[in-house]
Amino acid sequence: MSNNVISNNVIEMRDVAKYFGDTRAVDGVDLTVQTGELFGLIGHNGAGKTTLFKMLLGLLPPTRGEIRIAGQPAHGEAFRQVRRGIGYLPESLALYDNLSGLETLCFFARLKGADSATCKPLLNKLGLGDAAHRWVRGYSKGMRQRLGFAQALLGSPRLLFLDEPTNGLDPQGIREFYQILRELQQQGVTVVLSSHILAEIQLRVDRLALMRTGKIQALGTVHELREALNLPLDFQLTLRPGAATLLQQALAKQLSATLQLDGEIAHVRCPRLHKMVILRILTALNDVIMDLHIREPSLEDVFLGYSDAAQ
Amino acid sequence: MIIPVEWTPIVVIAGKEFWDRIRNRWVLAIALVFAVFALVIAYFGAAQQGTVGFRGMDVTIASLVSLVIYLTPLIALILGYDTIVGERERGSLELLLSLPITPLELLLGKYLGLAGALTCSTLAGFGLAGIALIWKLGGKAIAPYVGFMGSALLLGLVFLSIALLVSTLARDRVRASGIAIALWFFYVLVYDLLLLGILVLSESRFNLSFFPILLFLNPADLFRILNIFGLEEVRKFYGLATIMPAGLASPWLLSGAMVLWIIAPLSIAAWRFKSGVKSE
Repeated sequence: MSNNVISNNVIEMRDVAKYFGDTRAVDGVDLTVQTGELFGLIGHNGAGKTTLFKMLLGLLPPTRGEIRIAGQPAHGEAFRQVRRGIGYLPESLALYDNLSGLETLCFFARLKGADSATCKPLLNKLGLGDAAHRWVRGYSKGMRQRLGFAQALLGSPRLLFLDEPTNGLDPQGIREFYQILRELQQQGVTVVLSSHILAEIQLRVDRLALMRTGKIQALGTVHELREALNLPLDFQLTLRPGAATLLQQALAKQLSATLQLDGEIAHVRCPRLHKMVILRILTALNDVIMDLHIREPSLEDVFLGYSDAAQ
Repeated sequence: MIIPVEWTPIVVIAGKEFWDRIRNRWVLAIALVFAVFALVIAYFGAAQQGTVGFRGMDVTIASLVSLVIYLTPLIALILGYDTIVGERERGSLELLLSLPITPLELLLGKYLGLAGALTCSTLAGFGLAGIALIWKLGGKAIAPYVGFMGSALLLGLVFLSIALLVSTLARDRVRASGIAIALWFFYVLVYDLLLLGILVLSESRFNLSFFPILLFLNPADLFRILNIFGLEEVRKFYGLATIMPAGLASPWLLSGAMVLWIIAPLSIAAWRFKSGVKSE
């Protein structure tokens, strides 16, 4: 690969768009991903994630805009060299039923110019060692996905594109998958993965982009996204019987806080900025409040918040 | 313009296609079909004239030509129509093209692998039958028979190339198979009837010197002419082919035309395949 790989931005997209007739699958995306980053792409089905991946791989030319991978434009003969350092796991993975797992992997290894001797250890690593000589026809969805992931890891790529990689994996498989990703990250591998399961990706990526109808709605770390949207905090209180009026009176002056009562359980929602003010008020009521939980907005809330805001 | 091509991916793709056909016994099955049909036709080919048994090589080849002209294009079209469109439909094409391989290399690899399988079947099937025939008819018959085998192989490779073009252009597998069958009907059954019809209707009113050229536009006709012009005994049985001026009937010219028939569809496929991926 060229020296450009050493430059910090592995992926650079400038005003990238892809139209299919009237459909704007991707519509003006600006994005840079740095070396060694674990980057998450979040969005509903049809948000444009897969189209974005296809353009990053040079499988689809953008309608407009510029894409550079490791400093190279994502097309043409020079890009072949860059591709050798890219691993890709497509969303709808189709493998060859008439080959065994090991034969499948060796086939892709030869196409990629990777050492075939690495195939068996790779299968072992992904828990497919015992099934190496069985036909892919008999593989479960999860096993196929593992085999597809093994295929993406052939040839020690420096950049991984994983489109819905945990699709079909069980919780144990998902844990092992992220374990491998972390190991790769420590070796400086850049990973871009997509998902529509937010809870899974939330604690595991460095940065993420929320995609909606072909546009990036928000971009940053989970923390940054929460701050930017300023979603309300949720105080969940367990009250002594009859304490509801006391609470209502105490909060009466705090116009930014809303109170919702549900028997002995009360929810107080307020902007993050007023967190300490509300806490002080609540502390003063320590005789009547038996228990208190503060719920920070999750990425799920952020995601839904952005979706709602856009509607 | 020089299009850069790397051989490693071509060989890997070709190897997979070839071994797939060996493993699922396609090569064996087609070789047996060729061998059995060839022997049956060689033995019973003159049954209409009231005799059975092995006759001269000329007559035998004439019978085999009629068999091959129906069977080989059909087999080649069935072998190849699914190649690209099948992978596209199942979704495996996307992964393949994301690897360091160009559409042209993929296409060439597919073609060479399938061509290898077809070559093995043709040579093994007709070779086996040929050994039996030559044992019955004597060594003098070897040369025309080898010529027949070579031309049968060329015919298969032409229709395999056409099949890959169909597979590249068709939107789905069902359409691809429909187009493949339609092309078989057209080239093998309809084309000659059409020419004969024009010939009869025209009642010599037109200058028909362009007619031999029309035969070059059908690889099945090229194959027929390639075989029967060498065979004095049987030439008189054929209507259309005998309007061929001797100058155009040179085996080299005819074989060259068939090679062009291999190159042209593949070239169009390679050209369309590139843009086909882009507009997907």
